[in-house]
Amino acid sequence: MKFLSNLINGISLGSVYAIIALGYTMVYGIARMLNFAHGDVIMVGAYICFFAIYSFNLNPVIGILMAVVVCTVLGVVIEKLAYKPLRQATSLAVLITAIGVSYFLQNMAQLLWSANPKVFPTIINGSIKLFGGELSISRTTIVIVLVCALIVVGLSIFVNHTKMGKAMRACSEDKEAAQLMGINVNKTISMTFAIGSALAAIAGVLMCCAYPNLQPTTGSMPGIKAFTAAVFGGIGSIPGAFIGGILLGVLEILGSAYISTELKDAIVFLALIIVLLVKPTGILGKKIHEKV
Amino acid sequence: MKKVIATLLAAVLAVTCLTACGNGGSKSSAIKIGGQGPLTGNAAIYGLACQRAAQIAVDEINEKAGKTVFELKYEDDQHDVSVAANAYNALTDWGMQIYLGCVTSGPCLVTAPMAANDNIFFLTPSGSTADIVKAGSNVYQMCFADPNQGSASAEYIKKKELGSKIAVIYQSDIDYSMGIYDTFISKAAELGLDVVSESSFVTDAVDFSVQIAAAKDAGADVLYLPIYYQEASLILAQCKNVDYAPVVFGVDGMDGILTLEGFDTSLAEDVMLLTPFSADASDEKTQNFVKKYNELYNETPNQFAADTYDCVYAIYQAVQEGKLDASMSASEMCDKLVEQFNTMTFDGITGTGMSWSEDGYVTKDPKGMIIKDGVYVGLD
Repeated sequence: MKFLSNLINGISLGSVYAIIALGYTMVYGIARMLNFAHGDVIMVGAYICFFAIYSFNLNPVIGILMAVVVCTVLGVVIEKLAYKPLRQATSLAVLITAIGVSYFLQNMAQLLWSANPKVFPTIINGSIKLFGGELSISRTTIVIVLVCALIVVGLSIFVNHTKMGKAMRACSEDKEAAQLMGINVNKTISMTFAIGSALAAIAGVLMCCAYPNLQPTTGSMPGIKAFTAAVFGGIGSIPGAFIGGILLGVLEILGSAYISTELKDAIVFLALIIVLLVKPTGILGKKIHEKV
Repeated sequence: MKKVIATLLAAVLAVTCLTACGNGGSKSSAIKIGGQGPLTGNAAIYGLACQRAAQIAVDEINEKAGKTVFELKYEDDQHDVSVAANAYNALTDWGMQIYLGCVTSGPCLVTAPMAANDNIFFLTPSGSTADIVKAGSNVYQMCFADPNQGSASAEYIKKKELGSKIAVIYQSDIDYSMGIYDTFISKAAELGLDVVSESSFVTDAVDFSVQIAAAKDAGADVLYLPIYYQEASLILAQCKNVDYAPVVFGVDGMDGILTLEGFDTSLAEDVMLLTPFSADASDEKTQNFVKKYNELYNETPNQFAADTYDCVYAIYQAVQEGKLDASMSASEMCDKLVEQFNTMTFDGITGTGMSWSEDGYVTKDPKGMIIKDGVYVGLD
């Protein structure tokens, strides 16, 4: 029973990682860049939702929608201002810019909303009891896992069966060839950022529902963990991000329950190293053919 | 173009030089107090509280228009040990005569030896690790040293018979929590308290399901939390999720949980804590300070702010009794202040009849508080 309870907690944590990892993986898959500001977009989303609910007493659903809209706009603006001018630059320059954007967002948040931590309001109440009360699963956990599964399925359908999705896949394979085929590469990349940031908003709200602690640095650690999850599952792959996220969450909780609460992160990263040694492109990563 | 830039640069240089000279000339009668703390970053809440409280106290003292006038400069150390050393150097370059130390323990451990070496008087409001004052004979604390809190908590739990089985959740990567945890455990063993579960976490942890499950499975009826309120708020929320309702006992780091924006105060109902400061205390000094702080910053001051406020006033008292004036060097002041602190008693808002040992530890009584309907109520 204790194991089951830990497993469920792990899946819940893993689902949050998975939703964040989807944002990383989409942007990497299409734009070939690591958007390290992704974790901070999550934080912005959570703040918007917090203020909508707590300060303006709006319905949580409206709060979430507002967060999605603001983050989508923010994601597109970041892409236009910070990343687009660097389209031809080396990947290192883009990476450093992304880190810069990450710090910019954190410090802006601190300036706007102060460094004082805030407690996210409870949106989903109560828990479900199983096995005569021995196992209790909070409703928040159930919602998180369901939303995560929905997003993965929805995103897979979008990428594999729509025109825009086709354009995305084409850009991810070969930007120049896609452009020659009449695909608007810039628009496709903007779209990717928009979707990734909208997901970030949802992830931010869900994360704060489960762990109601909000401050300007809230997004950074989960951001790094989710990036790890994306690499774990094979960066660029949507099902990979999902599997990677869940595995990472479960490993983290089981590691802290049965080995050490202090070493949990070490255990997670050790697992990453082992996976990458055995399968350098991640669990579901595509094999890369090096041209010689 | 080059000429224009050169002229501009020259002009800037001239202006900076003039302002620098101007400052030195006009305020030479003020005693320069330097302080540092995290004004940005993760721990900014503590640094900002201290900076604001110090400014309030300095302004109050200067308004009295007495002989003693203070000038305050506060540097940002971002709760980072390397930045802390730079901040200290910036303060000594400025000509700091008395040092309010760092706000957090880690940076204190860096700058206390530097201040001891330079013989500048050091009084930290909130650096609570016991090792800080060991840096030198001129290093003092305004807050309890951590060990003191740990043993006081164990005695309190024993005396009030709060429960028979105790679980502890502590943060293993900060000196603050480890210091309290260590002494709590040894005192608990001495008093025959039964500690059934000990689990830890590290910075940035948000999931405490494992630690809570361990405490619950061990059947603990008292949950001791020698940690800061932010994690405590998460633990309280997650305890509720699994229907675990032990007696929760915190230390001064728990103070602030009620002012946490968005926090459902019903989660903290009946939480007990030991703290030297309560913003609801009815004495005139506390109320005056809380009112001013509220007016200026629109929030209730926490214990860090209160400790800093007391620091400035304790220094003020020592400066007056020791007849210090601004023309003395930092080292001369330091010797006089040490003499004063070893003998004086001080009444502040975090305790009355405070005194300091020659080691630098403060003696004041922690007060037991319990949270009822979202406010602190004295336990005794």
